[in-house]
Amino acid sequence: MKIQTERILEIEGLKKVYDGKPVLNGVDLTIHRGEVAVVIGPSGCGKTTLLKCINGLETHQEGVVRFGGKILGDGGLKWTLARQKIGMVFQSYDLFPHMTVMDNVMLGPVQVQKRPAAEVREQALELLERVGLSDRQKDFPRQLSGGQKQRIAIVRALCMNPELMLFDEVTASLDPEMVREVLDVMLGLARQGMTMLIVTHEMEFAKAAADRVIFMDEGVITEESEAREFFKSPRTERAKRFLNTFYFD
Amino acid sequence: MQNSGFDVLLSLNNMRRLMQGLGVTLEIALISVMISIFLGVVYGLIMTTKNRAVYGLCRLYLEAFRIIPILVWLFLLFFGSALAFGSDLDGLLVSVIVFSMWGTAEMGDIVRGAVQSIPIHQRQSAEALGLRRIQVYRHVIIPQAVRRFVPAAINLVTRMIKTTSLVVFVGVTEILRVGKQIIEFNMMKNPMASFWIYAFIFIIYFILCYPISKFSKRLEAKWEC
Repeated sequence: MKIQTERILEIEGLKKVYDGKPVLNGVDLTIHRGEVAVVIGPSGCGKTTLLKCINGLETHQEGVVRFGGKILGDGGLKWTLARQKIGMVFQSYDLFPHMTVMDNVMLGPVQVQKRPAAEVREQALELLERVGLSDRQKDFPRQLSGGQKQRIAIVRALCMNPELMLFDEVTASLDPEMVREVLDVMLGLARQGMTMLIVTHEMEFAKAAADRVIFMDEGVITEESEAREFFKSPRTERAKRFLNTFYFD
Repeated sequence: MQNSGFDVLLSLNNMRRLMQGLGVTLEIALISVMISIFLGVVYGLIMTTKNRAVYGLCRLYLEAFRIIPILVWLFLLFFGSALAFGSDLDGLLVSVIVFSMWGTAEMGDIVRGAVQSIPIHQRQSAEALGLRRIQVYRHVIIPQAVRRFVPAAINLVTRMIKTTSLVVFVGVTEILRVGKQIIEFNMMKNPMASFWIYAFIFIIYFILCYPISKFSKRLEAKWEC
């Protein structure tokens, strides 16, 4: 484990029921600043819902989410404020199709954070450079490949200078050849010390990037351990069975 | 050239009357289109409701105009008003009412389609950047909805202009009726009048509708996402 730093995200007893079915069944989770945590588990176990509860795209019924010590949502830190510090990247990229790459990246910083356009543009260019796409700033999303779109979506979130990044299966709808370019960007971020909570099915990536692995099943966290340890010898039967589905020998 | 009958179009009086008829055509079309856009946006936004009863009623209204021919609606209101009030409504008024009701229904469906075609993820990724609800609409939902609305709406406008020719049947003297009158007046001395008059009206409709439909095609190409 990394040296324990400040707790940036604390989730306690999070419960969510959707259409009468429990999706989250009492989730407790703490993320420290600079930590890279990877959430894995079977489909429908509540991983995506958990991420969306952290930035308020989904509402929960019970429990609390604290960010930087402040309770999020009703009566606490406003979602519109919290979301400026919690970036999120989605499976389906969701760039705004009517805006150029540059406008996509600048929308949040200029409209939400009210930062001067010139300064934002400079930072955006720097970030685009970093993901190898500075020559595409005037392009529209339809002119880009899936992997390029996803890298832009990451830049769009980063340009808000978030303290925590949420990644929701960001390579799940990419062609296999494009998965790598996106994961490399994320790996670079991890090495730079960005705090990240990543939902993924890319086990090799999880091994390479994660400090900690969180295994979820049926709306609860059933196992939580240091990454290397988890992949070598998972403690629970369920996690073992899940990991086995990724190997053929 | 003496017998070609083309001179029917050279008569200043005939031309003046045709243009007056065209004025009536445009009057009905433009007033109805403006009312339709305004009410259509309201009606369309109501149609995006999740309330099944409200949606059902809106749908019924829309289908009523899709299933029943516009001509029947015109007759219904024109002769129906005579029965109901003892005196018939002015044909022009009846026309504007029917065309506005029809336009509202179709325009509303276009608005509904445009708003609902924006994927939920677009809204979510805008919210995830911290945009307030009103900013989400202003920067993300409305610009995309307008791009989908405008080409279809323009297409509807040309349909409405063309369909105004039906108002002849409720006694409105628009361009087609004026043409008929001129043809009948010249029946004896100029048997070719019908050809030239209808050719002229054909060209007028073309000049009205072609640029509009071309414009919509260009917008579509420009906004293709």
